[in-house]
Formats: sequence, structure tokens, C-alpha cells
Amino acid sequence: MAKAARRVISILVENESSVLSRVSGLFAGRGYNIETLTVAPIPNTNRSRITIVTQGSERVLEQITKQLHKLIPVYKVIEHEEMVEKEMVLVKFPIEESLADIQALCEAYNGGIANVGKEMIIGMVADAPDRVKHFIEATRRYNPLETVRGGVVAMER
Amino acid sequence: MKMNGAQMVCEALIAEGVKTVFGYPGGAIMNVYDEIYKQDGFEHILNRHEQASVHAADGYARATGEVGVAMVTSGPGFTNAVTGLATAYMDSIPMVVISGQVPLSLIGTDGFQEIDAIGISRPCTKHNFLVRELKDLPRILKEAFHIARSGRPGPVLVDIPKDITAEFGEFVYPESVDIESYKPTYKGNKRQIEKAVDAILKAKKPLLYIGGGVVLSNASDQVRELAQMGQIPAVETLMARGVMGARNPLLQGMLGMHGNYASNMAMSETDLIISLGARFDDRVTGKLSEFARYADVIHVDIDAANIGKLVDVDYPIVGDVKGVVERLIEGLKSRINPDRYKDWREVLTRYNELYPQSYKDSDDVIKPQWVVERVGELLGEEAIITSDVGQHQMWAAQHYPFDRPRQWINSGGLGTMGFGFPAAIGAKKGVPDKTVINFTGDGSILMNMQELVTAAEYKIPVINIILNNHFLGMVRQWQTFFYDERYSETDLTYQPNYKALAEACGGIGYDVTTKEEFDAALKDAIEQDRVAFINVAVNRFENVLPMVPAGGALYNMILSDQQEEK
Repeated sequence: MAKAARRVISILVENESSVLSRVSGLFAGRGYNIETLTVAPIPNTNRSRITIVTQGSERVLEQITKQLHKLIPVYKVIEHEEMVEKEMVLVKFPIEESLADIQALCEAYNGGIANVGKEMIIGMVADAPDRVKHFIEATRRYNPLETVRGGVVAMER
Repeated sequence: MKMNGAQMVCEALIAEGVKTVFGYPGGAIMNVYDEIYKQDGFEHILNRHEQASVHAADGYARATGEVGVAMVTSGPGFTNAVTGLATAYMDSIPMVVISGQVPLSLIGTDGFQEIDAIGISRPCTKHNFLVRELKDLPRILKEAFHIARSGRPGPVLVDIPKDITAEFGEFVYPESVDIESYKPTYKGNKRQIEKAVDAILKAKKPLLYIGGGVVLSNASDQVRELAQMGQIPAVETLMARGVMGARNPLLQGMLGMHGNYASNMAMSETDLIISLGARFDDRVTGKLSEFARYADVIHVDIDAANIGKLVDVDYPIVGDVKGVVERLIEGLKSRINPDRYKDWREVLTRYNELYPQSYKDSDDVIKPQWVVERVGELLGEEAIITSDVGQHQMWAAQHYPFDRPRQWINSGGLGTMGFGFPAAIGAKKGVPDKTVINFTGDGSILMNMQELVTAAEYKIPVINIILNNHFLGMVRQWQTFFYDERYSETDLTYQPNYKALAEACGGIGYDVTTKEEFDAALKDAIEQDRVAFINVAVNRFENVLPMVPAGGALYNMILSDQQEEK
């Protein structure tokens, strides 16, 4: 079995109700892996951008691109290796933890405090996926209550 | 012009030149049927099951090259159509299926006869549409036909809620289609074609590997010319039978799991595969790591995703096979020397002499292969041959002398039992001046036997030849070879009275146990010009040979019949 490589794929699609199921169904039906998936409309167009992080052998990655191209509402599939990738994450901490420490940690990862309530603090970070991973590891010592990751968004360099 | 959605559907079909629609009415599609009643632009054939409607539209498309059209209602009408959609999808058959849907306001409420047709059909259609607004309906129908017949063809579903077909609006059928995200590539890359020409000139043992795409692209003449000018040997897939013509000395035969010896050896020894509209299906390649180990590969396919999917390709050419082959011919003209491949042709001739496609005939019992050969002798090019799925299908593919493309109609990719009879009905509607024969088995024929009524009512005289071995023969063969003769649920000793069955539905039936009876039955069936069952008692334990066991290398064929020798 050929070595599995990770790849970020951006798909520009017609903004219609069934398009996400066409894309995700293609991955499910053909046994391709989805690590993360984000989707949002592109401003001032009738198109959306779907960003998928996947992995597979060269042959599988090539097939993914070609099969995506075959979907009628797909305009473009971008799979350049040089993508700027960012992922957002929200982490909820108990109010007992040090606000200053958490703020410093979030800032170290291009983030900050998103919200502070009576019983909790929510920190937010948006950074490269591996840095987000490190950040999540670092939050452990502040007894995080909940972690929500946003999935990768990417743009060609 | 103002009209309701149902009328728009009829007008669009007429504008597309549709002459025959196969279908079955029901609640959600009734508005359209009401308009069908009022119009006379096309004929509607009422099959007795929606699956048969879709297979009939499919058979019509395969026989004529036109887009087949079927119409069904929502819910069970649609789900019955799914096997037909999947069958057409796997074989890239251009087809438009129109299904009724519950009214927009009921979608998502588990309404009566509601099912998510778009969700279910997504993986087995080239594309599908749910019509949400009447104003989109004309454009969607236009796009459906365009998508079905362009690029790599395939079935398209248009799901129309009942309130849309009732609503009135302005109808203007678009003249042209522009789908920005869908632009199939027809013209192959010039430099790639030049490289392919050089590769052919350099090869010592080139082999044309011809697939169903050549039939779909109507490129048979061009492919024959290419073979002829270079005297390049050729093999056909199951879907390509008829492209080269049975009497063409360059044709080695069909390759794959039940390919003949010379074809499979040719593929195993070639140094250059020239793949034309074929997709390296597992039934063709056998064990991939052992497949064509000495060969470089030229792969011409209109679907880029087929190229490099299973086999590494040295010369990928995305484009329509007809135009690409024309340019290959241009590039090779006056440069190619047929003598260069003389030794290679002689090797293959020796292989063909060593193990010709043959069978041992018998005086005691009718051999199924004899029946196929006999029909070939009697009808030859005159007939269109359809088949169901199983042993009879392989015998038909191996032994019938197919002389032209679109003469052979079968479910290759999906392998759908029950396909043959309704497909024969569709083929006969499309090409009424040909005799249409469906080779079938005692398993397959029962899967759409209700079509006897359809064929009798509309006087569609297709002849079903049941090669009856009282077994689900292909599964039985595998049980013999690989499951120690444990015949689990394959013994069909309990049989209906096929003759009476045909006659009960308005057809004509024959029970045949000798060669003389067969000749007489076939002659009579053709003269009677009625739908017929010819029930032929054939050797029970006959095997389809040669056979490459699943997952085995293509050159490791079971050639002789051990069962018979026992």
C-alpha cells in the first residue's frame, strides 16, 4: 500500500441545496477519508467554497480530485500543496482558572479571550492546524470543559 | 406560451425528439400522464413494473444511440426505478428518467409515497435535479438531456413535485445549454496524441484494447480503420462486442474472466496497450499486479477519472475516442509498417490454434453454446441480441458472431438479472426492422417476466430464448469450482411451465429438447411475429470456459472442463 499523504482540497461549487451531500456522499461512497470539512458561501457570488482535509495514497488523492471534477455543480478543485491553512478553536474553562494565564496562552497562539461569563471563560484561537493541536494540548492544565474545533480553511499562496 | 408544468414536460420531450417513453403512472406523476393522454407527439409504453420501464428505455438507448426516456411516480415508483438507473450508470447509457414527487409543501414530512429520490439516486446517476420552481423546469429538462448525452453519457433523474406540474407559467424551451461548471473534454491533447503515435510506431507487440466507449462514441469505423492500417491485433471487452466484427482476422476475441485464450495471452504479453474507451474493470484485468506486466499503456477515455484509476498510464489522452482515433490514424498514415507486427500476429494465431474458443457438442443433450451458435448461423447480423446476466450471457458474448456495434445489448457493469427482456422490448421499439432475441436463463427471465403482458399488448415481438439448466448456473459453476459442490440455493428443479406462462400472457411458448425442435421453434416464433418464450432444456452442468478465477492472473485460465471429465 502506497504511503498516505495529507492534503487540503478547496472545492468551488454552485451554491445549491444538495451540493454538500454530493461532495460528502462521493467521499463516503468511494471510501475516501475526510479529516475536516468546512463550507461557506463566497461573498457576492452564487458559489460556495468547501474546504476538505483528506489523506490517501497518490492514486487515491488523484482520484478524489478527478471524481470531484465530475460532479456537475463543481467549478474548480484546488489542491495545491502550498496553501495557507488556518483553523479556529474555542475552549471553555471553569471560572476558577486564572484568566490572565489563559489569556496569555491564547495570545501566544494568535488568539484571545472570546467571552467571560459568571461560571466560565471562553478562549479562542485561530492558527495553523498543528499549532492549534499544540494549543489544545497546552489548555489541558487549565481543566478545559469543552473544546470546539472549526475545521481547516485554506487559501492558495 | 402559457401552460402547466405537466404540459411543459411533454413539450420538452417532443422538442428533444423523443418518440417513445416507457413508464408507469401513479399519484405524484398523474398531472403529466393527463397531458400525455392529450398529446400525440410521442408514444407511451406501459410496462408492468417501473424497473422494466427503465431497462426498456436503456435498451432503446443502446440500440439507437438516442437518449432513452422513462417516467415513474414518487416513492415506490421511483425506488423500483433505481436498479434501472444503476444499470445505465455503470454502462454509461444516456437516459432521462422523470419521477413524480410529493408536493413541495409535503417534502420532508414523510408524506404518502414520499422518498428522497435525489438522495437515493445521487450515487447511481450522472446528475439529478429536484425542480423547486416552475420557472426552472424548461431549463432543467434541457440540461438533463444535454448532460445525459454529452461527455461520458449517463442517466439523469428529474424529480418533479406534483404542485409544479399543476402550476401554470410561461414556457420557452431553451435553444442551447450553458453549464459553466460542466464542459466535457472532447478533443484529445495534441502532444499526447503525437507521443502515442510514436509509441505505436516503436512497439513490437501493440494491442488494441476496445471498450464500450467505442460503441458510445460511434467510433467503430475509425477503430477498424486504425487496426486495418497497422494490422494491429485487437481484443474486445464484453461491452465492445461487435466493434471489430466477428470475421475480422485481427480480432482475437473477448478478454477477461471468460475471455478466450488468445485474447488473455495477448493482453499478458503485449508491450503496448492501446486502450480505447475501456476502463480496466476487475473482470477484465484479473489480478492487477500480474496484469499486462510488459506493457506501456495508452489510455484514451472521455472520463479523466478512468485514467490512472487502476493501472498506471504512460500516455493519458482525455477526449472523445472517435476524434482521437481519427488523429491517431492521421499521425500514423504513411509511417506505420504493418510488417513490423507480423511476428506478434503469428504468435497470436498460434495461440488461437492451440486453444480456440470452442465447446464439446453432444448428441444426447442440447449444449447452450450450440443454441447461441445456431442463432448466429440463422440470423447473424440481422438480429439484435440482448441478454440477461449469468452463464447464458457469457455464452452469448463468446459464441455469437457480432458484426456491428449496438448489435449486442447487455448489463455489463452492474450485472443486472432481469435486464434482458425489457431491454429487448426497448431495442425492438427503437429498431423495429430487426429481429430481437433475448438470451436468458431460467433464473433471470423470472425477474421481469411480467413484461410478457407489455410485449403482447403492444405487439412487440421479441423472442426470449431460455437456456434452461434448472440452475442459477453461474453461481452453481462457482459452487462447483470453489465451494466443493455445495449447491446452496441454486437448484431450480422446481420450474414454472414456461410455454403456458407465455401463452397465459398473450405470447407464444415452445418447449424444446432437441436441435430439430429448436430450429422449428425459432422459425415459427419469427413467423408468428409475437412475443415468445423458447424454453430450451440444456446440459445442466455445462460450465463457461475458459475462466480466470476471481483475483487470479489473466494468464492462469481454467481451460478444460474438469466437471465433464469426471
